[in-house]
Amino acid sequence: MNRPLSALDRPNSYIGRSVSRPNAKRLLAGRGRYVTDLVLPRMLHAAFLRSPYAHARIVAIDVDAARAMPGVRLVATGADLAKLCKPWTGTLDHFKGMTSVPQLPLPLEEVLWAGQAVVAVVADSRAEAEDAVEAIVIEFEELPAVVDIDLARAPGADRAAAGLENNLCFHSRLDTGGIDTIFADAAHVVEEEFHFGRHTAVTLEPRAIVADYDCSEGRLTVHHATQTPYQFQDLYSRHYGIPEARVRVIAPDIGGSFGMKLHVYHEDMAVVGLSMLTGRPVKFVADRVESFVSDIHARDHRVRARMALDDAGTILAMDVEDVTAIGPFSTYPRTSAVEGNQVIRLIGAPYRMRNYRAELSVVFQNKVQTSQYRAVGHPIACAVTERLLDMAAAKVGLDPAAIRERNLIPDDAYPCESPTGFRFEALSHQQCLARLKTMMGYERLRDEQATLRARGIHRGIGIATFVEISNPSPAFYGIGGARISAQDGAIVKVTPSGEVRCLISVTEQGQGTETIIGQIVADQLGIPCERVQVVTGDTEVTPHGGATWACRGAGIGGETALQAARRLRANILALAATILQAKPEALTLQDGIVVDAVTGAERISLAEIARIAYFRSDTLPPDASAQLSVAHHYAPQGYPFAFTNGIQGCHVELDVETGFVKILKHWVVEDCGRIINPLLVDEQMRGGVVQGLGAAFFEECLYNDGGQLTNGSLADYLVPMACEMPDIEIGHVETPTADTVLGAKGCGEAGTAAASAAALNAVNDALAPFGTSIAQIPMTPARLLKALGRI
Amino acid sequence: MPVAITLTVNGETLTRLVEPRETLADFLRRDLELTGTHTGCEMGVCGACLVMLDGLPAHACLMFAVQADGTRVETVEGLTGSAALADLQRAFHERNALQCGFCTPGMLISAEGLLARKAMPSREEIRDALSGNYCRCTGYEAIVDAIETVARRRAAGEAALPFAEEPA
Repeated sequence: MNRPLSALDRPNSYIGRSVSRPNAKRLLAGRGRYVTDLVLPRMLHAAFLRSPYAHARIVAIDVDAARAMPGVRLVATGADLAKLCKPWTGTLDHFKGMTSVPQLPLPLEEVLWAGQAVVAVVADSRAEAEDAVEAIVIEFEELPAVVDIDLARAPGADRAAAGLENNLCFHSRLDTGGIDTIFADAAHVVEEEFHFGRHTAVTLEPRAIVADYDCSEGRLTVHHATQTPYQFQDLYSRHYGIPEARVRVIAPDIGGSFGMKLHVYHEDMAVVGLSMLTGRPVKFVADRVESFVSDIHARDHRVRARMALDDAGTILAMDVEDVTAIGPFSTYPRTSAVEGNQVIRLIGAPYRMRNYRAELSVVFQNKVQTSQYRAVGHPIACAVTERLLDMAAAKVGLDPAAIRERNLIPDDAYPCESPTGFRFEALSHQQCLARLKTMMGYERLRDEQATLRARGIHRGIGIATFVEISNPSPAFYGIGGARISAQDGAIVKVTPSGEVRCLISVTEQGQGTETIIGQIVADQLGIPCERVQVVTGDTEVTPHGGATWACRGAGIGGETALQAARRLRANILALAATILQAKPEALTLQDGIVVDAVTGAERISLAEIARIAYFRSDTLPPDASAQLSVAHHYAPQGYPFAFTNGIQGCHVELDVETGFVKILKHWVVEDCGRIINPLLVDEQMRGGVVQGLGAAFFEECLYNDGGQLTNGSLADYLVPMACEMPDIEIGHVETPTADTVLGAKGCGEAGTAAASAAALNAVNDALAPFGTSIAQIPMTPARLLKALGRI
Repeated sequence: MPVAITLTVNGETLTRLVEPRETLADFLRRDLELTGTHTGCEMGVCGACLVMLDGLPAHACLMFAVQADGTRVETVEGLTGSAALADLQRAFHERNALQCGFCTPGMLISAEGLLARKAMPSREEIRDALSGNYCRCTGYEAIVDAIETVARRRAAGEAALPFAEEPA
């Protein structure tokens, strides 16, 4: 039987089609060009001496022996770089009362965490630089390390950094009112104290940077493994006093980022100064041990939360206290308060709950900084809400799916607003839950669980609903004073041979940005996908824009490309009409050829139009305008964020003798609006889920009481391996946003947002017959055995 | 003091002076500019540096270049040139079994090593064989799918289509 024709049957209809990534071929052939691979003429290598103490005063630094070592071209201290680089402070104006100490590339008087870079050595080779680092002698006076979040907030506590009045970076409170009364009168109250471990991004390519300052022109070029080249162009310009137009930041192939590579790192800022001081290109690649002690970490929250329900299991209110520790200062320029802020604003977001109180404390301590990493705040908000809901279900006597059916915001109730002020345009929780239950075979799994329990096999089923923030407007950073763009820009042009190039500000880290932009441009123009080339990641070539973070590539970048392509198409058809002496509206583009809009008869090829425009403009009428390049910017309007939603399911088997958990299967139903490329969306989900499962079961940066990281290597820090991960089934519901023509929302963080919550619920479901529970991730075998009373 | 070594890399026999402390991974990447071999942990955990050493997968970060004297080394560049990985590369590409691509050369070498040992591994065996290859982007499933597809295609005797574009 022939299926009915769909939009995908139109020629050049690429939006919604699974297309393989053209730029993946070079990576498969070993021809990727990462910053790690880059070699420039006369390039030098930097290595850093790092603080062995979590908190200490620098008494004296002796670099004489290091300066005399073979191959050493420069040894620089904090004072040397402070002469060139203006300090930075990681606060945003819209976080009222937020504080943080100023930072410099290298410290002057005080080290604030174990692993902080203190002195830089620049040498002919990395090995020689590291040799010389060993010859540096620093006298430290150890100071008390602030490690524990409660001690940090105690009156008279030692401070994490000189210059702080206390260890509170930021404090925030939300209260819809009357919460105590609601809890006092509620039929059911459940409460729990949750612990979320610190973990880190572990991009397979560590941070890498090559700074190349040309003093003859006063021009800085930085090859930087980052998601956000424009942000760094601005920062290098302002902090080193180089006019913006003379700062070029190039982000080539990037070996993973996940939010980690968009923050300012001290070594990266230092390398720019080192290149200015030496007048030569300087390269720094963090080795894995350095990554663990200097890349941002994420999470590290303790949440005390309770939920009040009526006797039928309807949520009446939630009351939450989140304390999160962020290191000795707030990260620049996006701060370390965004995660906590999102935690308290996302809790309860999928549900009809109207009453809510939350208190957030963001606390300084002497560990490496924490900041935005994939799914900022979402996994915590989701786990707290979803675990409390499962506890409530048990108390009320409802199935976990049933209590969600009772409380989810109905699909026909939009637009609506959360008690924390988030405005939802249109979400699809009910449809997603129904779909998930079908995909999981939910009832059958429950039956099987009961049968197996009788045989001593302990399986657990967990589900977790989520809301994800994507496509942020300037309300996110711009209003706080950060020069981080919420808009994107594209230049789309027809080449003389009738091909198309799109230069766009969103960037690629392997998620497929360039592919989807190519699909959108080809689709909107009406040309074969293969004839569109997309260029990203070079501030000298691509227009200024926000680049790729907060899942904005498809929603904002995609809409930018769409609008730019439509303008170019109008220009092409106008020119074609002039050449053909026809009306533009009587023409259309198909497969790279201008055809009669009604009959489809071929009139003139794009290549011929380009030939005439570029080489034979003499044959055009004098008033003809051959505008075959279009520059276009788009900033999100309407809703401040495009919220997405979905639900995840996790099925596990717990070995109660060993505490080991086998993840049997994981399911995701997500609604990211218009799907541009299903193949890529599915793999974003799977990759995101596995990072969430890593947090749930394996990943944790462990510190001792002295503030020393004790598992800072890839042999000690557990990254999920192929043999530990399940097959992940993905389902889709599509609710396009009406704020854009394209209708796409984000999808990159949804997998991480709810995977750990679903896993937490699944493990607790398996633990239920033992009358015990766990409220801490990662759920390690030791912690599970402890919960079971076995150790 | 640098030491002279002679070895065959991607079919070419070379003699080079190397520092005794230089790893094979650094030698390949720096001295020979074969940057398809990556270093992710430099302690033999992540698998990004895997190369074929005398026909078997080996961690280039865990051995010194001097230890490779007299061996036959193949990197992703050489195995691409000889089309030995063409069907794997094609299957990875079709299935989107890579994102950032940093782990990919090592993954391909692990996969090739596995399929040489066992023509039709189960999904579980594939997952097990990839335990020494960390991928942070994909969640692994697409990689398992791609390797499974290649095993099936090889068993069916399907000739590998070229992966590289032919010059016009």
